[in-house]
Amino acid sequence: MRQGPAVSLTGISKRFGPVVAIQDVDLELGAGRVHALLGENGAGKSTLMGVLFGLVRPDRGTIRLDGAEIAIRSPRDAVRLGVGMVQQHFANVGAFTVAENVALGGQGRYRPRVATEQVRITAQSAGLAVDPNARVADLPVEAQQRVEIVRALARGARLLILDEPTAVLAPAEAAALLAWLRQFAREGGTVVLVTHKVAEALAVADDVTVLRGGRRIASGPATGFTLSTLAAAMFPKSDGTDDATRATPPAPATGEPVLRAHGLAVRGDRGERRIVDATFSVRAGEIVGIAGVEGSGHHELLQALAGVRQPTEGILEIPGRVSFVPGDRHRDALILDAPLYENFALHGAGARTGLIGWPAMRGRTQAVMAAFDVKARSPRDTAGSLSGGNQQRFVLGRELDARPDVLVVENPTRGLDLQATASIHRRLREAAAEGAAVLVHSADLDEILALAQRIFVVHAGIVREVPPDRDGVGRAMVGAG
Amino acid sequence: MATTARRADRWAGVVSFLDSPWAAPAVVLVVLATGAALLAAWYGVSAVSAFWFGSIGSWYGFTSGTLVRAVPLILTGLGVAIAFRAGVFNIGADGQLLAGATAAAYVGLEWSAALGHASLPAALILGTAAGALWAGVAALLRARFGVLEVISTLMLNFVATDLVAFLVRGPLQEPLHIYPQSATLPSVARLPTFGPTTQLHWGLALALVLAGAVWWFLARTAAGFRLRIVGANPFAAAVTGRVRVTRVAAWAFLASGALAGLAGAIEITAVTYALYDNLSPGYGFTAIAVAVLAGLNPVGVVFAGVLFAALETGATAMQRDAGVPSVWASVVEAALILILVAGASIRARAGNRHLRDAAS
Repeated sequence: MRQGPAVSLTGISKRFGPVVAIQDVDLELGAGRVHALLGENGAGKSTLMGVLFGLVRPDRGTIRLDGAEIAIRSPRDAVRLGVGMVQQHFANVGAFTVAENVALGGQGRYRPRVATEQVRITAQSAGLAVDPNARVADLPVEAQQRVEIVRALARGARLLILDEPTAVLAPAEAAALLAWLRQFAREGGTVVLVTHKVAEALAVADDVTVLRGGRRIASGPATGFTLSTLAAAMFPKSDGTDDATRATPPAPATGEPVLRAHGLAVRGDRGERRIVDATFSVRAGEIVGIAGVEGSGHHELLQALAGVRQPTEGILEIPGRVSFVPGDRHRDALILDAPLYENFALHGAGARTGLIGWPAMRGRTQAVMAAFDVKARSPRDTAGSLSGGNQQRFVLGRELDARPDVLVVENPTRGLDLQATASIHRRLREAAAEGAAVLVHSADLDEILALAQRIFVVHAGIVREVPPDRDGVGRAMVGAG
Repeated sequence: MATTARRADRWAGVVSFLDSPWAAPAVVLVVLATGAALLAAWYGVSAVSAFWFGSIGSWYGFTSGTLVRAVPLILTGLGVAIAFRAGVFNIGADGQLLAGATAAAYVGLEWSAALGHASLPAALILGTAAGALWAGVAALLRARFGVLEVISTLMLNFVATDLVAFLVRGPLQEPLHIYPQSATLPSVARLPTFGPTTQLHWGLALALVLAGAVWWFLARTAAGFRLRIVGANPFAAAVTGRVRVTRVAAWAFLASGALAGLAGAIEITAVTYALYDNLSPGYGFTAIAVAVLAGLNPVGVVFAGVLFAALETGATAMQRDAGVPSVWASVVEAALILILVAGASIRARAGNRHLRDAAS
């Protein structure tokens, strides 16, 4: 089989407006090797891979393929050079067969028999079980992923980039995929595995690179790293500057338990296990941080605690009222075209009966807007006309206005500026001080550390409490220690 | 950058006009005036005058023509508006209307001897139920199996049309078995007119009351609010509102079918007194245009329904009196809808640009 290319990226930098996505990053990919690219959300992994696949034009830097300097201006260039990418969200046509999907975007005439034969040969020689005549929509996710790989291989890819390939897979499926990647590399292919999961990287990769804040933090053969050293690279010890956001050292809460979970199990949208056997309780007045890398199950756990996802096993006791500030506020918390007072009435709409007194609703909306500093002309303004910070203060105000005993919050300050972030943090602390139990998840570990008195880490579906220090939480998030 | 800003300014005027409540009436007036001018230029003033007196220019034309025709358009238009508001694309109002008409004809013909004066309410109620049932087939398919209602309701239209064709040649055919139609309803099963000299019947009053009721339901009740948020953002309705989205959408679907069924029952008991082929000249499809023109507002549906009824009635009169093809009305209707839909998409696009500008 043809050798994969050896690619070196040198001094790659890319800015999006004022935001530096990656700065002066080097990456060495060797033929016959699996290279794991690690980093938290926003570390620059996707941008760097976008550069390699021709989706992003770097501002500076050079790419060399087998020693020769090249330019990759589009995915078409990348494919021509033997680079293939398997995206996290598959780009297939569900109603088409596997063969049709693979042929899609190809050139020349479409001949069904030839296309089917090509898929069969490609899949067979690569050792991937794929039925060329199956309809893609009928296939389970892991098979759809194999189709994506076959498509890349059918275009001649000898360098495969996989973006979070195991995020959608069950453990056994993930193991099978990783084994296949090793096999592909053994036969001379080049693999880049983009992932959050450190254990996975250490298990399959020959080389590891860690990005953080758009810079290369560490790079080298995988044998030179351990879970702990990688965790330390991804989540560094706080240098003390972050503590400014912490108003007072959090004191342990002494309130009554208002939430009890015992042996809780939660499944994802496809019925896959997301949380297994979680047992914990939360007291009134405390802020509990829920940490976890993408795909660890924290999202489904929060949904279950908020009451929008039914646990499949175990006991979840929440005797009081629950409010939820979902992570995707545009999708799950607001109707952008509707006025604020209707968005206010959205909370509890399912339980309301009889008539709605809109003038009174407008009055309450106005009161919440004043109390939570939501800048809008009137309750009649549409939610979509507000800035992100004002939308989030409005959502939080609405949810707190219901006087919840438990407040579940997901990524409360994503996309907000510093000032808006500080005001949201202050509100969350006030809510806890007034007796609500607050459970908060953030993709930003520092935010959790700044807010929470106790921290639960979700890793591979297991929930456990970890002392609130950066190092320990970071290691627990990647499954170390 | 400067050119984008200037382009945004140019659209800003258009957008603020499209956002104002005068947009739809203004478009209607312009299109009607253009249509009338073209008509006069092509066929002469006599065509325009035939149109005018046949639709709204004479008391008889307005009441016995336009308003009678407006009743089924208002009712089916309300049904479509309710469904669309809930995010349910029910385009099967025509089939649901036929189901209602069939049930009402059956009750009026077969049960009137037993029911006496209860025949009329029974015909109307069962017609309404039949419309809901016909929509219920598609509602069930949607809720249980995720079948697209655009397909299922469209197909059910054909089923209803052919079912009526079968019935009026078989079980429900008139006693002489000559014409493909049912016998005529006895007077106890008929909806009375406002007087001996007019065709205008009490169905109009019913339609107006229902338009008010639907408006009140959507604007003031908790259930109406649920229906609106399910249509506006089903995710937020489920996550923040804890609304059972599938169930709410199914109820809206049934209500939509019920209104169309009532329209059919009223046509049978107040206008045709018999079931026959081609009972509906596409009321259920014009209803979509009516609902869209009304901006899915129940009160607007009344005006849009009367407008479309006037266009169609006037066109019929024009064909009869001046020999001008009645498709003129369809052209005007289509032009109206095209302009309004284009306007809505311009507004949406300009709105997006607005948000992007604000974000950057």
